[in-house]
Amino acid sequence: MQAAVIVFPGSNCDRDVAVALEAAIGRPPLMVWHRDTDLPKADLLVVPGGFTYGDYLRCGAMAAHSPIMQEVVKKARAGTPVLGICNGFQILCETGLLPGTLMRNANMSFVCKDVHLRVESSDSIYTRKYNAGTVIRVPIAHGEGNYFADRDTLDRLEGEGQVAFRYVAEDGTTTPSANPNGSRHDIAGIFDKSRKVMGLMPHPERLADEKLGGADGRPLFDSVVEALA
Amino acid sequence: MSAITPDVVKSHGLSAAEYDLVLEIMGREPNLTELGIFSVMWSEHCSYKSSKKWLKTLPTTAPWVICGPGENAGVIDIGEGLAAIFKMESHNHPSFIEPYQGAATGVGGILRDVFTMGARPIANMNALRFGDPSHPKTRHLLAGVVSGIGGYGNCVGVPTVGGETNFHPSYNGNILVNAMTVGLAPADRIFYSAAAGVGNPVVYVGSKTGRDGIHGATMASAEFSADNEEKRPTVQVGDPFTEKLLIEACLELMATDCIVAIQDMGAAGLTSSSFEMASKGGLGIEMDLDQVPMREEGMTAYEIMLSESQERMLMVLKPGSEGRAKAIFDKWELDFAIVGHLTDSGRMVLKRHGKVVADLPIDPLAQASPEYDRPWKAPAKRPVIELADVKAVEPIEALKTLLSCPDLASRRWIWEHYDHMVMADTVVRPGGDSAVVRIHGSNRGLAITTDCTPRYCYADPHEGGRQAVAEAYRNLSATGAKPLAVTDNLNFGNPEKPEIMGQIVEAIKGMGEACKGLDFPVVSGNVSLYNETNGQAILPTPAIGAVGLIDDLDHMATVPFKAKDDAIVILGETKGWMGSSLYLRELCGKEEGAPPPVALHREKREGEFVRSMIHQDLVSAVHDVSDGGLLVAVAEMAMASGIGATLEPPHGLAAHGWWFGEDQGRYVLTVPKDRLAEVLEAAQRGEVSARVIGATGGDSLNLTGGKSISVAELRRLNEAWMPDYMSAPDSNS
Repeated sequence: MQAAVIVFPGSNCDRDVAVALEAAIGRPPLMVWHRDTDLPKADLLVVPGGFTYGDYLRCGAMAAHSPIMQEVVKKARAGTPVLGICNGFQILCETGLLPGTLMRNANMSFVCKDVHLRVESSDSIYTRKYNAGTVIRVPIAHGEGNYFADRDTLDRLEGEGQVAFRYVAEDGTTTPSANPNGSRHDIAGIFDKSRKVMGLMPHPERLADEKLGGADGRPLFDSVVEALA
Repeated sequence: MSAITPDVVKSHGLSAAEYDLVLEIMGREPNLTELGIFSVMWSEHCSYKSSKKWLKTLPTTAPWVICGPGENAGVIDIGEGLAAIFKMESHNHPSFIEPYQGAATGVGGILRDVFTMGARPIANMNALRFGDPSHPKTRHLLAGVVSGIGGYGNCVGVPTVGGETNFHPSYNGNILVNAMTVGLAPADRIFYSAAAGVGNPVVYVGSKTGRDGIHGATMASAEFSADNEEKRPTVQVGDPFTEKLLIEACLELMATDCIVAIQDMGAAGLTSSSFEMASKGGLGIEMDLDQVPMREEGMTAYEIMLSESQERMLMVLKPGSEGRAKAIFDKWELDFAIVGHLTDSGRMVLKRHGKVVADLPIDPLAQASPEYDRPWKAPAKRPVIELADVKAVEPIEALKTLLSCPDLASRRWIWEHYDHMVMADTVVRPGGDSAVVRIHGSNRGLAITTDCTPRYCYADPHEGGRQAVAEAYRNLSATGAKPLAVTDNLNFGNPEKPEIMGQIVEAIKGMGEACKGLDFPVVSGNVSLYNETNGQAILPTPAIGAVGLIDDLDHMATVPFKAKDDAIVILGETKGWMGSSLYLRELCGKEEGAPPPVALHREKREGEFVRSMIHQDLVSAVHDVSDGGLLVAVAEMAMASGIGATLEPPHGLAAHGWWFGEDQGRYVLTVPKDRLAEVLEAAQRGEVSARVIGATGGDSLNLTGGKSISVAELRRLNEAWMPDYMSAPDSNS
């Protein structure tokens, strides 16, 4: 299988996710510069974390309007899987591929720490190697990860099983203190209707290697390989 | 032509004697632009005029040192074709005036020092000192500095992996923000700043020049007084997004063979970068300032030369490579302008609107700038405090007080504001003895630490200087890293006062002895003087940043207990040293007495022993014993793991001396029971004092024959102080 990572000015987790993808896939992903207008043929497109265009204006807003993202949107609509992590999730929301938006964290501060997530569904190419209900530990590092959508959208996400990951305590229960940013419904990651586009604020690529203190993020990449390779 | 009156000279921070020297060098009266250039180049910040004489005494060489002090950063060989490049630098004065931008641009500046030399930055550290927590400005300054460091580092995508923070009333009017960056480069692709090749183009890249930061270097070379607020315009504004682009563009250009020399524009901006490059190459430069990319209209030569706008670099390129270089900067959407060329005149000639606006000799402003042998007076030695004269407090109660005091309380609130994991190579996160960052794509790692105990340095700068270096050595050794080299950031008061100059001299002497004794050379550094407000100086704070190499990440050590029933061993001698201890300050309200002495020969022996135990996998956890003494160290290991411990009664000492004395050269190790005999025998053979003091297990810390406390309660006490403090209603007016 071949993955491609879109690199914008200010992307800074492009290498991290490339390393995790290569470890799972066995070959390095293609790195696509934002000014390229033709996307290479790829089975998976990844929009990585970082501070695209400095996050000036609004997180992900400028990247969402770049020519390359128009191509990504087209491919996604045609069925190519797209994964957005952190700033990538923000960008996917800004393009409209995913519903809702990411606001400033409720306490107004950037936060970097490990959090616990409950895998809400194993019915996707990203989560099939997890069991639904499993609690995993992965880091977050963001100042704007407070997921917001209107009531109808939230109801639809819940009703259609489009919530991918939820912030929980270590024992798997949702509690106010386990929600690090004020996200509605403790949402950490969502799918689109096709379940082929996923965005999440946490960084599975940062804990996909035991050397770094945990590998709970690794099955996400293995899932993609199992599904697409 | 504007008249250069004595007032104008004074407002440029030049003494009458220095101005006489200016007249002698110029052979005429300088114009305002030229005077401005003299002013910044001869500022303490740029010229090191008060400290140079003493800095020269520091040991700077070792077989693994590729480049010592004098370049943008120090360079050491770490094997396998790689070099580690690192430096620490202060941004004290600006951070006090405008904490967010001051700290942010401090991070930006030190990053540039490192990637200027060809390295990809892989880790940031910081050493911070704030005033008394009850001082009305402290909370605001701490909040601003932490968000500034995070705001910049998080965006550029370099992890901030650790540091240290102290509080003391002496920093009420002068906080210290010392930032350190470590980078990696191919050992045969290091870039230097010496200009070469008459006629070669001088190129400006990065952000445009504005009117921000004019006279920052001069401000950083003077005491504060009541008019601080007026100095806000001298603080620069950072743009980490542009810095990220600049890193990528420079590294991309460095992979070609276009660059002859490169220098970042830091303090004193275009002035210092151009003078340094020309001076090191023994050449001259002619610049047309009209070519400098500007973001404001009508800037004068004076403003262009003295601006400290951020995210800019100056380079000398090989002739004919301009097009190739420009294409790279175009790709990254950064300015690229040929602003001049090298000459053989040894002079800096500046043109604006077609006219020569400054014509100065290079050397007297750079390498041959003034050097002072300022009068100094060694501080009086303090008496040694006898343990018997110090009040005994029940150890668990004392431990509770210490773990929740501002200097020992958990720094989690700080480091959670920093992305400490981006680049996905952080092996040991903040909170350990050293941060450990993996060398990308390998199983080797760099251990990094920053250390200084200002209360020791105030009590005895000489011993304090030795201790700062020894503690850094210990923190690296505790991870299993071989300590390789040091960067220093010397923060002091006004060097024109003999007692302050005495602190500087003695601290440097102490540091030099320790660096020599521990084979731990100084490869880069920075000096920040005039940290005084209304005549009140900070505690002398020679902050040490240090780097060590872990050859195999499968054989390293960390702080947390790993299992129950491991033996707990104290390495080194415990004699109950109370002078200048945290116990004395926090439990007895006294800041008195001589600080603990460091025995360098023992320090080295113990460090080597600890590393050898770690490499042989004979120990399960290691922690150095520092602030607060033995019981604090054991409690920190328990809190980091959730595993408790049962400790034997004190050995041959009153309990408060045994548990809280700050004798140097000590480590706590845990050893699996089946390896204990081997470790104790090895210690005996190696002439290292080692004693079993208890065992791990349970979920509380138990003193045999005494009280106990749960690890959960210890954690609660240790974690609570800073979040509570930072969320308290702001008392700032």
